[in-house]
Amino acid sequence: MTVTAPRPTPQRSAGSRAGDLLSRVFGGGSATVFALLIVVFAAIFIVNPSFAEPPSLMAFLKQAAPLMILAIGQYFVIVSGEFDLSVGSLVGAQVVIAAALIDGEEGRTVPVILLMVGFGILVGLVNGLITTLLKVQSFITTLGMMLVLYGAIRLWTGGAPTGALSEAFRQPGRGGIDMAVVRQLPWALMILVGVVIVAVAVMRSSYGRTLVATGDNERAAGFSGVRVWRVRTLAFVVSSVLATLAAILIGGYAGVTAQVGQGLEFTAITAVVLGGVVLGGGRGSVVAAMAGALTLEALFVLFNQLSMPSTIRPAVQGVIIIAAVAYAARERARPRHHQEVPSQPQPNEA
Amino acid sequence: MRTTRALLAASAAAALLLAACTTDEPSDTAAPDETAAASEQPGAEGEDEETADGEFFVRADFDRQLAQRDVEPEGDPATPWLQAIEPEYVDTAQYAQDGNTLCFSNASVSNPWRVTGWITMQQQVEVLQAAGEIGEFRVSDAADDDNKQISDIQAFIDAGDCNAIIISPSTTATLTPAVEAACASGVPVIVFDRGVNTDCMVTFIHPIGGYAYGADGAEFLAENLEPGSTVLALRILPGVDVLENRWAAAQEIFADSELEVLGDEFTGGDGAEIKNIVTQYLQRGEVDGIWMDAGDGAVAAVEAFEDTGNDYPVMVGEDELSFLRKWQETGMTAIAPVYSNFQWRTPILAATMIWAGEQVPSEWVLPQDPITEEDRDDFLDRNADMPSLHYAKFGGEDLPGFPSAWQDR
Repeated sequence: MTVTAPRPTPQRSAGSRAGDLLSRVFGGGSATVFALLIVVFAAIFIVNPSFAEPPSLMAFLKQAAPLMILAIGQYFVIVSGEFDLSVGSLVGAQVVIAAALIDGEEGRTVPVILLMVGFGILVGLVNGLITTLLKVQSFITTLGMMLVLYGAIRLWTGGAPTGALSEAFRQPGRGGIDMAVVRQLPWALMILVGVVIVAVAVMRSSYGRTLVATGDNERAAGFSGVRVWRVRTLAFVVSSVLATLAAILIGGYAGVTAQVGQGLEFTAITAVVLGGVVLGGGRGSVVAAMAGALTLEALFVLFNQLSMPSTIRPAVQGVIIIAAVAYAARERARPRHHQEVPSQPQPNEA
Repeated sequence: MRTTRALLAASAAAALLLAACTTDEPSDTAAPDETAAASEQPGAEGEDEETADGEFFVRADFDRQLAQRDVEPEGDPATPWLQAIEPEYVDTAQYAQDGNTLCFSNASVSNPWRVTGWITMQQQVEVLQAAGEIGEFRVSDAADDDNKQISDIQAFIDAGDCNAIIISPSTTATLTPAVEAACASGVPVIVFDRGVNTDCMVTFIHPIGGYAYGADGAEFLAENLEPGSTVLALRILPGVDVLENRWAAAQEIFADSELEVLGDEFTGGDGAEIKNIVTQYLQRGEVDGIWMDAGDGAVAAVEAFEDTGNDYPVMVGEDELSFLRKWQETGMTAIAPVYSNFQWRTPILAATMIWAGEQVPSEWVLPQDPITEEDRDDFLDRNADMPSLHYAKFGGEDLPGFPSAWQDR
């Protein structure tokens, strides 16, 4: 058995201290995503300089906001050591519910949005409680929820959504404040910024630390007095509520189609993992998860700007994601000076 | 370890680079083979991958479908679902049955077009059940799963009490043996919508087809855009023959026109995806026309022009109401090709005709006329209370369930 011998503690230089600070801000292994993000953006700007103009950037952020919000929600669940596969279906269900209930009437916008939030909380609670109290693995719980929602919506609508969204409902995802330079400051961007600020604050609060600790070592967290079931259930609720918010933005952005939300759960999980968050929990930062989502969206733009044939895009995307995550994993596996040295496995005495 | 990381970085860079390169290379399409049916011209840059083999383009079919558009169909224009283009009637006396149980193996109801048609079909069945012409109506839905549909059809055969089997196949090649098995069981078999590679069924019911659909839109763009204008093609999925035929026909038309095809993109029919893609093309440059292989999400494409402050393009949508309404509202130049949804009525009527010993066309080609600016408002009036994902040419206005059956989905 070979155990990688810890390297002698390197000399700490100013550079490494700065790097240390950066790595603390962005979390271990997530530097890759920021590097990738910069590379992708640089490539886009080279291919199409007009993309760097503020109106184009605003349009890009407006379109990317829902996935970033979904990724933030997914981050909460993943960092606590679970999965939420139900978000894509939930987005689809929420948009269909909104269209059916609003049915074009402006006055129903706010009540329906409140109802959607309520439904989101309910879905999160069910996911969380089944996972934590009934001890069903979240992969199965949320996979089941994904199918239940998908099926229920199909049953309810007969396969095709009915009704229409109101203009007011569409504003958050589609509208914004008209202004010079950027043409339009999208509401979606402002909502996103709000969500990010709250998410960062929550992750710095005691709840956030508990959440990460739970994901890192459930038993240890339990022994130290964390009510694991409550912490995790709350994470599922956060994910579902943010999925609801994403649904409002996506529905607003593009209106109702039968396919809305399809496959978003995997895009969101990919984004989170690309952001250097470890599946299984306990590591990674919420900002990096969000950057992962932004990188994914930017990759789609880059493919488009390169006029890459759409048939080979998924393959290229897959290669880039695997390479980036593998690279980040290498980075993380490298022993670092401020990291506790993994103790030699003690021979079992018994 | 350092080497591995360098390798990884290199591979990522290589992936990006290779991807970039593919678009810079000149078209690698083989020279058009004059002898084979596949004599597609490579279109604009970046769209040549799918056309190289001509798997989805048969010139004879293309020519026939384009010609069929100008043929006056036989039958009453008020009931287009009973009209037929150049029918060759077959005798059905040998299929006389002593019962009237009708069995239907449906590929799926996974999109609004199929949902609309499925409602129309059920309404038609109810009318005939009330009249005593149809007894039990047995249905199985394969949910787009070939294997499920094969076993569904086998179950109908094994049950032995179906007096006719209607099949809407999910895919062509895979379902062919199952349809042949149904034919061999001795009951009349009716196939509609997508085809199969056999002619053992009594009748194969379908509108003119995908080539005509694709050409309707592409010709409209060629006529309404200045030479040198740019067109973006939005497609749902690769590899589905009905959709590939539409695109192949459009490419054929574009190749003979002066239009520049900017690219063809797969959208999965998702509105958000469509809007993203169109927005990005608009950031790159001007887009004068949009061609779509199906109208799902056409409104999202139009909105992309609105939200980025661009003029409306010349638009190819479909007879889906959301698009027709947007078209009326904005007054843009557009056409709505139609893949006749009323075809869902025809197989039911065909079954009762076969039981009655009446002749039916062996290949029952239904009319397929696009909706143009002249008749758009008429169709909108007729469907005024219908939901936005309803199809204007659903052909069920005379059924007793109209309009509530189509409203409460």
